[in-house]
Amino acid sequence: MKKLLAMGLAATLAVAGAAVLGGCTEDDGSITVGLIALHDSNSTYDKNFIDAMEEACENKGVSLILRTGVDEDNDCYDAAADLVDQGCDVIFADSFGHETFMIQAAREFPEVEFCHATGTMAHTENVANFHNAFSSIYEGRYLAGVAAGMKLVEMYNGDQLEENNFDENGNIKIGYVGAYTYAEVISGYTSFYLGAKSIIEEELEEVGLVMDVQFTGSWYDLVAEGEAANALINRGAALISQHADSMGAPSACEAAGVPNVSYNGSTAAACPNTFIVSSRINWVPYFEYMIDCVVAGEDIATDWLGTLEDESVVLTELGAAAAEGTQEKIDEVRAQLMSGELHVFDCSTFTVTKTENKNANATVDENGVLTSYMADVDTDANYAADTEAVVNGVFMESEERSAPYFDVQIDGITLLNAAF
Amino acid sequence: MERIKEPLLHITRRDGMPLWKSMLIRAGAVLIALVISSIFISAAAPNSQGFFGFFGSFFSGSFGTMRRLSQLLRETSMLLLVALALVIAFKMKFWNLGGNGQILMGCLASAMCLVYLGGRIPNGVLWLIMFVVSILAGAIWALLPALFKAFFNTNESLFTLMMNYIAMYLVAFFITHWYPQGSGAMPSMSEYALIVKFSDPSNTSIWGKTIPVVLAAVLVTIFIYCYLRYHKHGFEISIVGESVNTARYAGINVKKVIIRTLILSGALCGLVGFLLVATVNQMITTTMDGNMGFTGIIVAWMGKFDPLVMIGVSLFVNFLTRGMSQVCIDFGFTSEALSDTVVGLIYFFLIGCEFFISYKLHFSKGRAKKDRPDFMDPAPKPPEITDTTAQTQQENTPDAAEETA
Repeated sequence: MKKLLAMGLAATLAVAGAAVLGGCTEDDGSITVGLIALHDSNSTYDKNFIDAMEEACENKGVSLILRTGVDEDNDCYDAAADLVDQGCDVIFADSFGHETFMIQAAREFPEVEFCHATGTMAHTENVANFHNAFSSIYEGRYLAGVAAGMKLVEMYNGDQLEENNFDENGNIKIGYVGAYTYAEVISGYTSFYLGAKSIIEEELEEVGLVMDVQFTGSWYDLVAEGEAANALINRGAALISQHADSMGAPSACEAAGVPNVSYNGSTAAACPNTFIVSSRINWVPYFEYMIDCVVAGEDIATDWLGTLEDESVVLTELGAAAAEGTQEKIDEVRAQLMSGELHVFDCSTFTVTKTENKNANATVDENGVLTSYMADVDTDANYAADTEAVVNGVFMESEERSAPYFDVQIDGITLLNAAF
Repeated sequence: MERIKEPLLHITRRDGMPLWKSMLIRAGAVLIALVISSIFISAAAPNSQGFFGFFGSFFSGSFGTMRRLSQLLRETSMLLLVALALVIAFKMKFWNLGGNGQILMGCLASAMCLVYLGGRIPNGVLWLIMFVVSILAGAIWALLPALFKAFFNTNESLFTLMMNYIAMYLVAFFITHWYPQGSGAMPSMSEYALIVKFSDPSNTSIWGKTIPVVLAAVLVTIFIYCYLRYHKHGFEISIVGESVNTARYAGINVKKVIIRTLILSGALCGLVGFLLVATVNQMITTTMDGNMGFTGIIVAWMGKFDPLVMIGVSLFVNFLTRGMSQVCIDFGFTSEALSDTVVGLIYFFLIGCEFFISYKLHFSKGRAKKDRPDFMDPAPKPPEITDTTAQTQQENTPDAAEETA
């Protein structure tokens, strides 16, 4: 009897639902955009996409259906198919692991456009309605590194650095909390380091800069990111930056009074005393471009790259902890980057050591200068290095595809662990 | 003399309430919880659809389209399979908290087959191998704590719980090993999907992945129901659960029962792993278990360890989760904390109402006076709380005798 009722209840639910089934939405010709986000807006990474998409949709007068907390598995395909059912004309997913499921959906629904951030497969997969997008965030990180360098110079000249902030060769130590040991993160921390190093070399003759990197193996782990930051601070890091999405590292820095260069957005509100600046990708230009293409019925670029010029790569306002003259310096360097006078990965600014188990794809001359690097640009199962990335003494990042592929381990940066 | 200070209210145990009445109370509790949620959410939402819009969204999350109905059935079947795996251990009072790990090991075994054998052998053979090794992997992951429980009487809750972490990190290790440059993501190998194909591709898209999972759930539910109710093993499980000493006295080999049952429990979790990889995802992540090993515990308990009631409970749990996440989408919330709060509120009301199903409240004045059992009249009592428990116990004795009879 009890079971009968339980099953009866189940049946009632089903019938009640079937009644709702009738009222499906139908497409009235207006444009609807779907957004698939890995986490909700508590993650700084996803919030950056959500805010940008809301702004772009408002500017363009189109409606938006937002799905948060979509895992990087079949959940993503289910969400995409559901958004198609809801009448979406273009669907954007924000996380690397969503890619293969977005491609599945793209194959199945050729009349809908599918766009994906940070992915690598659009230029080889040949699915006409599947597109990748990314921005030259390494330039933004380089500028954030410049701000960090200014701060370090100020601290050095003001005698605020302590003995443990220097390594045995007298170099200033800084730290970086990374999520995973792969190209996007490596490209990010290397450009940050090079930005900071350029200022140290310019302003201080007697000291250099070294950086420790600690990986967490997660994009969003409040505790692990905080612990990684604390570990770096205990090792003597005078300044911390991070490429992970929680408030773990900035909060740990605020508690320890160590300056922090953030990512994805300003953390000034939570960290008023230690926040210097944050670089972030501004997705509004891409989203507006994407919507415009769909409205006009034009093709969306297979592999779109945002830059400093179109304001896809931006810095937040400086925090109170930033050194004097930082804004002027940033403006100056930004102008040099935009004019092409300065390249982030100019091989003359760093050296590379090739050993048995690192930098296998690099060719290095006797002075440690990188002369050739075969990068894995075309994603395939073998991870075969397929494309020469060094042209005229510069590693051409994001030239062959939008997602980063700079994964050289340069001198001066020590990886404390690895996480894939 | 006449005026004795009485407690304001006291509680007595109800004599078996008719089922329809208790179900009505439960439905009422859910309804009240939903109405309260609706008032708050429709008032606070950035993009409110109004009080009744809440209910519309809530239902459309599960029943809005055929695809959603199909997803609901698929998720319900998965959760039910896990809950069934756990319930046979729970009946024995073996607290298997390792569902997540056993599922993940099943997934890992299947994923290994995909990586190493995919494309090298016919898909049919591939699926068969995946099926067997997944079940074996899940069974082995449950067998380890069972052996320790049977021979050394270790704490199975802690043991199974820790095995979850080992499984998770094993999965992480293998993803890294196979895909060293992918930030912990394995691409989906959809060409090896075990799905039902229809002549109409849109039907394949909607139902292809659901049918194998539902089919497995139906077969396993029938099997477990019969196993627990009609098979000698099921009887042995319940005796071991009641009292290990009684079981021994009755000549049951307790060690054997523990080990045999846990192998079955783990094997069913391994089957879920197989379905997750072969049918649904064709890849693996460290969170592929979807925490069903723990949600399954709620289903088993709320279903009172009865496989048939558990069907309704898993459907209900998924209906709630899907409904609330649809409300968040439609009402413009971008934080998931809210949907968890509402689902928690509904559970709170649902579990709270069990109290009113099992017990009756008596107020000391007015109408309730008549209902008061005679033997409670004399004797001034100390303050109400200690008092009520004492009374409940007095009341319990005849009831309990009846129930066991």
